[in-house]
Order: sequence, then C-alpha cells, then structure tokens
Amino acid sequence: MYALVDCNSFFASCEQIFRPELRGKPVVVLSNNDGCVVARSKEAKALNIPDLHAYFKIKDQLLANDVRVFSSNYELYADISQRVVSTLREYTDALEVYSIDESFLQLDGFQENFYLYGQSIKAKVWQDVRMPVCVGIGQTKTLAKLANRIAKKSKKLNGVCVLDDLAGWAALFKKMPVDSIWGIGSRLGKRLALLGIKSVYDLQQANSKWIRKHFGVMVERVVAELNGERCYQLDKQPENKQQIFSTRSFGEKITTLNPLQQAVSQYAQRAAIKLRKQQGLTQTLLVFIETSRFEQSRLSQQRVISLDYPTNDTRVLIKAAKQGVSAIFKSGYRYARAGVGLLDIREENPTQLNFFDRYQSKKATKLMQVVDQLNKKEMQVFFASTGIDPFWSMQRRLKSPAYTTRLSEIPVVK
Amino acid sequence: MKIALLPESFSVSGGIPDPFDSPDKSPFQPLFASRVSAGFPSPADDYVEGGIDLHRHLVKNPAATFFAKASGDSMQLKGIYDGDLLVVDRSLSAKTGDVVIAAIDGELVCKILDLSNRQLVPANPSYPPITLCDEAECLIEGVVTHAIRYL
Repeated sequence: MYALVDCNSFFASCEQIFRPELRGKPVVVLSNNDGCVVARSKEAKALNIPDLHAYFKIKDQLLANDVRVFSSNYELYADISQRVVSTLREYTDALEVYSIDESFLQLDGFQENFYLYGQSIKAKVWQDVRMPVCVGIGQTKTLAKLANRIAKKSKKLNGVCVLDDLAGWAALFKKMPVDSIWGIGSRLGKRLALLGIKSVYDLQQANSKWIRKHFGVMVERVVAELNGERCYQLDKQPENKQQIFSTRSFGEKITTLNPLQQAVSQYAQRAAIKLRKQQGLTQTLLVFIETSRFEQSRLSQQRVISLDYPTNDTRVLIKAAKQGVSAIFKSGYRYARAGVGLLDIREENPTQLNFFDRYQSKKATKLMQVVDQLNKKEMQVFFASTGIDPFWSMQRRLKSPAYTTRLSEIPVVK
Repeated sequence: MKIALLPESFSVSGGIPDPFDSPDKSPFQPLFASRVSAGFPSPADDYVEGGIDLHRHLVKNPAATFFAKASGDSMQLKGIYDGDLLVVDRSLSAKTGDVVIAAIDGELVCKILDLSNRQLVPANPSYPPITLCDEAECLIEGVVTHAIRYL
C-alpha cells in the first residue's frame, strides 16, 4: 500500500504553529511581493476568500472579515517542511518527498489496520510539528492521491481515508468528477467527458485498450492504477534538474540598466548555488527582462548566451548574465521582472576531457567550494555586483518572524 | 585553564570539512591531546574522541524541538531567568511537575504543569497560578527540557 500525507493549507498552517491564537481563525498567505493570495486556512476558505486573487483587490474583504494576512515566509515553510518529512521518516525510509507539503510513503508488508495507522501518522505530525495533515492510503499512488482528496473533503473520515475495497467505494466514485484524479487535468477531463467519461467510476471501468487508442498510454496507466495495478513506483531520489531558473518580480519597477544588472547578477548567483548543489555544469545561460502585463508600453526581451566551456563558476555566470542584460536592455520601459535560466545541465564528474576542449579550472572549482562552505549557514559571502540591500528586492511587508531558523527571531514566552 | 593545542602539522586538505553535512557528523574539530613534534608521535593521539556536540546533547528530537526566549521573572525559583534560551520538545507528553510552554489567551507562557489541580503554576510566589480549562491538553505546546543562560 501507498500512503500520501498531505499538509492542510500548508503555508497558512505554518503561520499558525507559533501563533496558537490564530488556529481556527481565517489566515491567508500572499505570494512574492505581496501580489496575490496563495494559501488560505480552512476558515478563510469558508469565508469565500478567493484563491490566487490580487491582494489589493480583496484587501477590504479581508479587513472586514478580520482575516490575518501574511507575506510568504519561505525560511519558515522550508524548515517546517523538513520537520514534517523527518517525522514521517520515523515510520518508513521508503518515502518520496513529492512537493513541499506532500510525501508518499510505501507501506508494503505492513499487517496493521491501515486506517488506525493513518490516524497515528496524523496524530504524530500534529504532536511533533503542529502541522495538520490528511492521509490517503491505496494500492497505487493514484489511489493514494484520490484517497487523500476524499479524506480532505469528508468530515466523517477524520482526515484519513483507505481505499482498499474498491467496489465498496463505487457509489462515491460515481459522484466524483474525472478531473479529480491525479494526472487528469481539467482540459483532459473535458475531452474525456465528451466521450462519456465523466466520473472517476467511468474512467476506472473504461476499456483500457480503447483509452490507449484515444488518449494515449499515460491515461491508460491511470486506468490501471485506478484498478489497483501499480504503474508508478516510489521515487526516493528525485532526478537532478536539467534546467534551473531563478526569476523574481521586483519590489519596485526598474527603468535603468544598473539595477537590472544587479538583479540578474543576484539571480545568476542563486542559480549557480543550486547548480553546484546538484553537482552540475552548464554551458548555456538564458537571461530575460520584462515589463508588467498591465503596462502601457509592454516589452519582453531575452537572450541565450553560450559559454566557452561547461561551468558552475558564479563569476562566469554573473558576467554572462550582465552582458546579456546589457544587450537586451532598452530604455523607456518600466521593467517588472527578470530572470536567469541555466539550460543544458550536465553532470560535473564524467566530463570527457578533450585535449582541445576548454574546461573550468581546478582553482575555480575550489574557490566555489570555499564560497559554498562559507555560506552554508547564512549568506555571508556574495558577489559585489549583486548590490547591497537594493531597492528593487522583494517586498514582504507582512512577514512573520523566522521562528525556527534565526536565533534573534525565536518565539518569546512569559 | 588548560587549552588543548592543534598540532603544528595540522592542515586542511581536500577542502574545508563540511560541519553541517550530516546530522551524524559533529560540527566540532577533534581536540588533540598534545602538540605533535616531528619524529615521535604522541601516544595519546590514539585516544582522540569526537568533540562534545552540545546540540546533539540538548536536542533529542530535532523535528519536534524549537527554541524560545524566556521573558520576565515568573519562573525564577525554577532557575529560569529573563533572557534564558529554552529548549522545548513537543514530542514529550507533559506530566505534573514538568516545565511546559502553554498557549494562554493568545500568549505563549512558560509555567509548571500541575495536572491534579488542573493548573499552570509559576515558580514565583508573587504570581497567581493559572487555572486550565477543559481542553487544556491541546494548549500545552511542549515540554521545556533545558534552559540556557547567557552570563
């Protein structure tokens, strides 16, 4: 059996951990630059606060309903996510971190009552981390996902759903729309509905050869998984990324070249750190700048830069990003966003050295190792071209303290 | 006070060791018992132990542990003073006599738990005990396992 453990309204629940008085109250979390609502507590959902809506548009509604509003506090969310995962690892090492707030657990060989087991996981994560979760358990990952969805919706199940006897759930499956299945998006759902497959039950009962012919092998696998036949295994170690992007919106619009160069330098620096973490090298860098969609004179520019040799040297990447942005910069526009992408990433070790090839010097590799070591705890060493406390950096006016990651911000008790 | 010395030949090779690499590794350098002179190795160097990692000693359940800062004088008789750093473990179930962190009226407080009288008792006679309501269990946020004072 697989279990999917999914945190309830993860960002909003993180904000309630060290503010117990906010538990059971409406809480929302905003995206970068306090742009729009990205997470809502159960109580905020009940007030019909819309998801992904611009903050300035619903500010009055939030105020009128006494909703607590927070900027994104990624330092806190990342730490809490790790705590949840290490708590789950006490149950099994066969665990896949699927996203910041979801993990799959493989429970093969367990002889226990799965419902009670799910309840014990839920209770333990609450006790240790104060994170509310729902647990969905099923024979396949797709069924575990579906079970989790049912657990979230049903009050009776108390946050845990086990889909073992599939026939017994047929009545509910008939009521659930087909796009509530993992891997069936709303677009595919519409196409399926046109051919009469409207519910979870319809797809589960569909002829898999027919499905394969009309919708391809991916949907055929979903049908198999819905019938308890495993197509997807646990992915314990997610593969390294082949592309790394670092992009941000600015806190304030930028109209001149210098701050744009600072911004892309910072993004290049950030991307380079990620690249070295997965021990990769890149030979192609993409840089882009763009105005807001709402701007009168809109512009979106990008440039791909080929580097002389595969590298993960921050200095080389910053230089390329700055050159790129100088080449695409046009004055007279109010830029709202920029980004750096590292494309075509390969592994660091098995580079085949050709006598004529140029490659990154050992000295550069060593220097980057030292920089990474020094920055292990906090960003202490950075490249001057990124600017010091620049005006364009992200605005997070309503951010809560970094309760668990910064000594000066730990909670105070009386 | 005697201070252990690093051997003269001590050098960092193969990059600086990564102290935060894994939780099993101690972030402390081993201390050598004696200065190493060329020619004759110290017989004590075979007895080098890992340094004492205070974090590992104080934090038994990292995922369930948080730090908090004490404020005020209500816990003085228990030896907790203003500004002390408290280590709080949520995974322990609180018993009578434990120093606990509880959420009372929207505030986090540090008091002694008395389950038989359903009270949170300050360790200072000038403060009254706080009576717990019925759902008190869910208000206990964790058990304080250590208080660390800055001198």
